[in-house]
Amino acid sequence: MQELIEILEELHPEIDFAECEDLVDGKILDSFDIVTLVAEINEHFDVAIPVGELIPENFNSVAALWALIERLDEE
Amino acid sequence: MAFTSVNFLIFTGILIALYYILPHKIQWIILLVGSYVFYFFAGPRYLAFLLFTTITTYLGILLMFRKNHSAAEYLQQHADYSKAEKKAYKAKVKSSNRAILIVVLVLNFALLFFCKAMLVEPIRSSMQGNGTLSFLTLGLPMGLSFYMFQSMGYLIDVYRQKAEALTNPFKLALFTSFFPQLVQGPISQFEDLKETLFTEHSFDRRQVAFGLQRMLWGFFKKMVIADRIAVAVQELKGSEYTGFAFFILVVFFAIQIYADFSGGIDIAIGVAETLGIRLPENFLRPYFSKNVAEFWRRWHVTLMEWMKRYIFYPITVSKPMLNLSMKAKKKLGRFGMRLPIYIGSLLTWLATGIWHGFNLHFIVWGLLNCFVIVISEELTPLYQKFHGRFAFSNKRGYDVWQIIRLFILINLIQVTDLFENVGEYFRKVFSLTYTFNYHVLWDGTMTKLGLNTADYVILLVGVVLMFLVSVLQRKGSVRKQMQKIPRILRYVILIVLLFAVILFGSYGIGYNASAFIYNQF
Amino acid sequence: MKKRVFPIIIITVLITAALFFFLQALLIPKHMSETKEGAMIREYYKNAGGNEVVFIGDCEVYENFSPVTMWEEYGITSVIRGSAQQMIWQSYYLLEETFKYETPDVVVFNVLGMLYDTPKSIGDSSKQEAYNRMTLDDMRWSKLKIQSINASMTDEEREKGGIWNYIFPILRYHDRWNDISKEDFQYLFHRDQVTDNGYLMQVGVNPVKDEYPRIPLVNYEFGDTCYEYLDKMRILCEEHDCQFVLVKAPSLSPVWYDEYEEQVESYAEEHNLLYFNFLEHLDEIGIDWNTDTYDQGLHLNVYGAEKMASYFGQILSVECGVEDKRQDVALTALWESKTETYQQRKAKLEAEKQEE
Repeated sequence: MQELIEILEELHPEIDFAECEDLVDGKILDSFDIVTLVAEINEHFDVAIPVGELIPENFNSVAALWALIERLDEE
Repeated sequence: MAFTSVNFLIFTGILIALYYILPHKIQWIILLVGSYVFYFFAGPRYLAFLLFTTITTYLGILLMFRKNHSAAEYLQQHADYSKAEKKAYKAKVKSSNRAILIVVLVLNFALLFFCKAMLVEPIRSSMQGNGTLSFLTLGLPMGLSFYMFQSMGYLIDVYRQKAEALTNPFKLALFTSFFPQLVQGPISQFEDLKETLFTEHSFDRRQVAFGLQRMLWGFFKKMVIADRIAVAVQELKGSEYTGFAFFILVVFFAIQIYADFSGGIDIAIGVAETLGIRLPENFLRPYFSKNVAEFWRRWHVTLMEWMKRYIFYPITVSKPMLNLSMKAKKKLGRFGMRLPIYIGSLLTWLATGIWHGFNLHFIVWGLLNCFVIVISEELTPLYQKFHGRFAFSNKRGYDVWQIIRLFILINLIQVTDLFENVGEYFRKVFSLTYTFNYHVLWDGTMTKLGLNTADYVILLVGVVLMFLVSVLQRKGSVRKQMQKIPRILRYVILIVLLFAVILFGSYGIGYNASAFIYNQF
Repeated sequence: MKKRVFPIIIITVLITAALFFFLQALLIPKHMSETKEGAMIREYYKNAGGNEVVFIGDCEVYENFSPVTMWEEYGITSVIRGSAQQMIWQSYYLLEETFKYETPDVVVFNVLGMLYDTPKSIGDSSKQEAYNRMTLDDMRWSKLKIQSINASMTDEEREKGGIWNYIFPILRYHDRWNDISKEDFQYLFHRDQVTDNGYLMQVGVNPVKDEYPRIPLVNYEFGDTCYEYLDKMRILCEEHDCQFVLVKAPSLSPVWYDEYEEQVESYAEEHNLLYFNFLEHLDEIGIDWNTDTYDQGLHLNVYGAEKMASYFGQILSVECGVEDKRQDVALTALWESKTETYQQRKAKLEAEKQEE
């Protein structure tokens, strides 16, 4: 999870990702960021996030995103 | 049946009455019948298209639903499968669903493509002659694009297992045909719309009043502002207006298209609201944006959201793109990694442009948007340095400057809508740099555009009103804020607004006193 | 609290409706000082009932025949249902409406209407629309008015609001707000009388100068629609036991071609109708084109219209057997007051002309 936060901080150094829970709805992450994230996650965790999972609920907080990665890794 | 017609008002009135008087259980059926009546009056021959999309979507959803259902049962029966076996089976199911999805998508988009090419182009070019903006005729013929996008989006969501599969064909028919959305959108997502579309609604005076107020405001924007300024926009399109006159065109066009488009959406959302149904917002005070990317998150929101979900994301996070990203990153660094984003943006904007019409100027429009967004994205680190170094750039005045800058920039792009001839467009844009004919403001040119002093006064008041309402919106719903002022005052405001629309709206045949002059009867 | 809301809403709705109708009354053109032709249809309802003769048609009837003169000389009671560029279907529906108000012995139709087969046939669509309004706006509401509107609307009218523009004239006249004048307030709820039983008086003199050129036309045939409505008028008169008489008023323009004349003559012959072309009797009528027209022979002025009435009144009483009603006390009283109004109007207009 720390690794994930590092990836996010590289994108937006000004945000405190551990606390924030409306990353998408709060317009912090835009579509470019999300695509970048997907690529990074693919590279770092070897998890391919399917396009159907690119919904705000999965990206609004680090915890949600981490849960998604774990779930996909399981499958 | 246009929104701005007496027939539409009567239709809506009857529908609302039936909707609340008849048993609430059948409300959704009333809406379905009403939508088809609306559609029938608009042009019975287009019913076939609507039925085609509805039926193919339904079949697609039903097949996928059955497949998923039997697959779940199958997996339950074979609980002893290993993880790999399960995965393989799921993949098999998925690929057969994908085949269904592709067939339905291809059928529908082929139809859309055919209609756009064969039916819309002639209508669009003939409408341009009388001052209709092609950005506003996206729904042609008869909402095809909108209900098709909405249905296909839903179908894809079902495929992605992100939306509930509707097995009642009549409910699906209502979802695809819900009449307020047919003309100009917005494009709803099934999971949002189902919350209110199929549920029972009892009469709520405030809700109906709110809906009517929203409609009234929409009529004001459309009829008093947009339809009035349209004459001048048509005139200023002429090749003789360059330099500062072109700049005036850009501003007038910006006013027209916003007032018309968002006004139409206000009417659509308002009508739905009187029925207790919530449609998504399509305009989030877009002219207060500070950059182009932000603008497109606030202008025609539901379309851009659709494009993002169903075109941009699928391209950019596809396997080949992810591989490309990884490889390019090693060679080109940050830029390389972002290559898929640029390719995805380019394709998405091209698609959006082409969807607007098969014409070079729409492609130019799409590319201009794309380039500006990508370039400003790339320059972001530079900006941040700049803001760090110069403190003044964090002041409020700088915000205003950014807003004005964006307003001019985005409307320079948007105004391509008016110029089928791309060369002419660029010639006009470049004339801004060498033709400084500010005198058009006072040398009488302004009065030759088809607007007289009274028209300008009305427009000025209308635009100021529109601006103030937008400013108020920052604090939430204007209608809710109005609830706080004394009832009498509120009613006076609404009555004044109503008569402003009736008197100052630009509609009907228009009083041409000269036609009544005695002339050899 | 909740109970008190609904009365407020109802009152608001009522106030809004009252405002709506007030503004509508304000914005409708009054046609009192200019384009008086627009005020003529409304006046019929004041003059309805007890007329032996009804004239139907366009300006060639309401400018060329003086009912008061026919009363004075022959005791004939008559009324003109004419309006500017009145199309033949409009004439038909006005005639059908007339039979709801009275049972005339003779209906006189001026055949110039046969030239105009479609709303487009007079050219400029915005002008046609203006004529439609002047003929239709003040007709009383009935099925006939709706039929007449449907038959009359131009394509543009149908496209932009259709019949609603007639049901709520404010939708048509809303942008007159910038042209509101004293007249609009003065005549909010009433109108002055502008005609004498449908006759619009003109006292000006503008002699005929040159002959109107008889440019050969491609087609002289009257249109099917015109024949259709002419038939309908004829049959309607038969049903009401009323004589249907065709006339061609003595107007020099639009030029009345021989080919037109032949068609009317053969129609009259076929259906056994009386037909008088006054252009052929100018000398007997005594029309002097130096003194009897106010617009170079397009229409007669009051002096010509009186001569015309005098001549045609003779025909009506002799050939059509229209009775002399001067023995009827009530009618005499009524028509004496009409005559007085007429004479006052004439004197006033002549005085105004003197001043110029």
